[in-house]
Amino acid sequence: MTLPWWNVGAVLPALLLSPLLLGLMGKTKALVAGRKGAPLLQPYRDIIRLMGKGAVYSRTTTWVFRAAPAVSLASILVACMMLPAGPLDAPFAFAGDLVLFAYFLALARFAVIAGALDTGSSFEGMGASREAAFSAFAEPGFFLVLGVLALKQKALSLGPILGGADVITWDGQTPPLVLAAVALFLILLAENSRIPVDDPTTHLELTMIHEVMVLDHSGPDFAFILYGSALKLWLFGAVLVSILLPGGGPAWASMALFLAGMAVVAVLVGLVESIMARLRMARVPQYLSLAGVLAALAALLLMAGGQP
Amino acid sequence: MSGSCKAMANGTAVVVGDVSVQPMPAFRSSVLEEGARGGRLVSLFPMEGPDGTLLFAFVAQDAMGTVALFAGALGSERTYPALTAQWPQAQAFERDLWENGGITPEGHPWLKPLCFPSLRSGQTIPADYRYFAAEGEEVHEVAVGPVHAGIIEPGHFRFQCHGEEVLHLEIQLGFQHRGAEGLLRNAPAPRRLTTAESIAGDSVVAHTTAFALVEEALAGAPVPARAHALRAVALELERLANHAGDLGALAGDVGYLPAASFFGRLRGDFLNLTQGLCGNRFGRGLVIPGGVRFDADPGWIDGTLKALTVLRRDMEDTAGLLFGSASVQNRFEGTGILYKDTAELLGVVGPAARASGCGRDVRQDHPAGYYRFAQVPPQMLASGDVYARAMVRWLEIQQSLRFLEDNLPSLPSGFLRVEAGTRQPGRIAVALVEGWRGETVHAAATDASGDLAAYKVTDPSIHNWMGLAMAMRGGAISDFPLCNKSFNLSYAGHDR
Repeated sequence: MTLPWWNVGAVLPALLLSPLLLGLMGKTKALVAGRKGAPLLQPYRDIIRLMGKGAVYSRTTTWVFRAAPAVSLASILVACMMLPAGPLDAPFAFAGDLVLFAYFLALARFAVIAGALDTGSSFEGMGASREAAFSAFAEPGFFLVLGVLALKQKALSLGPILGGADVITWDGQTPPLVLAAVALFLILLAENSRIPVDDPTTHLELTMIHEVMVLDHSGPDFAFILYGSALKLWLFGAVLVSILLPGGGPAWASMALFLAGMAVVAVLVGLVESIMARLRMARVPQYLSLAGVLAALAALLLMAGGQP
Repeated sequence: MSGSCKAMANGTAVVVGDVSVQPMPAFRSSVLEEGARGGRLVSLFPMEGPDGTLLFAFVAQDAMGTVALFAGALGSERTYPALTAQWPQAQAFERDLWENGGITPEGHPWLKPLCFPSLRSGQTIPADYRYFAAEGEEVHEVAVGPVHAGIIEPGHFRFQCHGEEVLHLEIQLGFQHRGAEGLLRNAPAPRRLTTAESIAGDSVVAHTTAFALVEEALAGAPVPARAHALRAVALELERLANHAGDLGALAGDVGYLPAASFFGRLRGDFLNLTQGLCGNRFGRGLVIPGGVRFDADPGWIDGTLKALTVLRRDMEDTAGLLFGSASVQNRFEGTGILYKDTAELLGVVGPAARASGCGRDVRQDHPAGYYRFAQVPPQMLASGDVYARAMVRWLEIQQSLRFLEDNLPSLPSGFLRVEAGTRQPGRIAVALVEGWRGETVHAAATDASGDLAAYKVTDPSIHNWMGLAMAMRGGAISDFPLCNKSFNLSYAGHDR
């Protein structure tokens, strides 16, 4: 916990650049479909526009509904504080913080689910039940991926695991790390409600998972939700990029490499969304189990690899 | 066939006096008998006359290419034993009789209004109507609409769900009721044509062609061959545009963007061809009683044939994308199955029926106009799922392309239109047209002075909405939008 104050700067890329990921994704999808698409900076404009609006609250809702967006965004922000950004160390680190990291993400989800249930709408209840069920399938896989990384780096804190001076090196452990990266990418798509699990652009309430839970939020509340999902995408992307990118080199180069990696992740998600249809809802658990199995396989390989 | 009915050909009229009028019990049993022989109810409506109320039933005899007309004399008590109890095909017609005709079909298993805003019996929905409800622990109800998230028509859907599984879906429509049948009977001629064009905005050519055929049959007008041919060309262009749009929408609903974008663009290209023909992308203003208003000049024909070669290639590529994608097939196959028995029982029509193995197509079974010379065999699949309904559309797209390529270079020459003339008194006429959504039926009868005494419109949606409700049973609620799109029924056409 003895970190210099300027390490708070490690959060800045996430805070400033995460909406750009959404913009990149949208642009990729538009270009593949032969459209011009919305401007890259559209998500920023959306958030700013929403911040300037008033919010509408249904008479059936209580403080739970009003608190949900703020609690969710705050939890994700705290999770952001535990994550290093490229060469920059995380502002906040201790042994075992990776468990707290995962649970802050879970807390954010819980807040949104509670808010959705608070509306009493059958749509939102349906979305909440789907989100809760599918997250139960996604979580084991996510923990296994974090476990693989912890095992590989012999550390229990995200800072040393993912970033800083002691970056992940591949040294002979390619198969488990590739498996973990693939598992993490599958989980990233699911956790950020992207195709093939959810469709962020659909207008069909009956098919939605995440979007249907936030239908009743408006104005700044919805801006919080939107910004929160951008940050969450950034978090998952950052872990993925940290696994895949080589470390070393000067700080500026590794920072540039990290940011480029994040852009590639966004484009990759956009491409997946462009060439795949959504899964049938009943197949989503199978998809998430696949991610879990891949992560478990990675853990086994790593342990059997006998690396000192 | 017994002597109790009058066998008619599609697009013809008979003298009302020549139809033997039966008392209601005999009427009922002979209609049911015809149904048991494989007949399909295509229209059922009352005609108020000086001698009381007559009930007319048109039953299509697909194997013979005729439409049997039955007439029953309704007593002053205005009730009769419902057909629906034995013959579910009649359910929507009899609900309409009850709602708009003040006639009570006794023993109808589910007598609720078809379009409640116009209800005469005093009951209103949703104030004192109890929707069908499933009971039990963990059963929950999801109500969708009438205002929807997308830009679609209004309709109310009640799902009884157990988790993600749909136990029952109740569909309540009527928000688009405009009284089209009343206008078609009473309004001045120009407004009647506009009304026929507006019954269902995506089936303008189908409805106006059926409207014109009825008018021409009642007046005995000799329609020029070229007009018939141009109506067929416009009808196939309408089919192409809508089927392409539907395939795109199906792709969009499963989140498969490439096919959604390409088919969306191709739909526009077909609409533009129709615009080149008559100045309107949806074919408004083309068909009028007596013929058509616009001619296909050689320039348009050449341009269209050239465009069709490009469009055919693009359609094949895009259909290859859609049907070649494993993730799409996984969503389409086995989703929303409408079994053949159910489809037969409910009298489902159009691509939805053909996807369930019911080989009915007006162009083949009851050819009228140009289809008497150009054969279009029905395209069928057996599985009855979303995949089958998508695939039938694709097969029909290829068929319509071939139809245009074969027939455009050799359209019959001659006049475009004749004066429809005045309607003959005491006639009854029926016209069936295979629109892109299915069998579109108009029927009308004139009184002793030649004025219209009855006008009945049967949009294919009247039959098919119940098919959608049945296809959803036991399915996942998250698959409803996809299943709904695969039927793509008209709210306006149903509500009239």
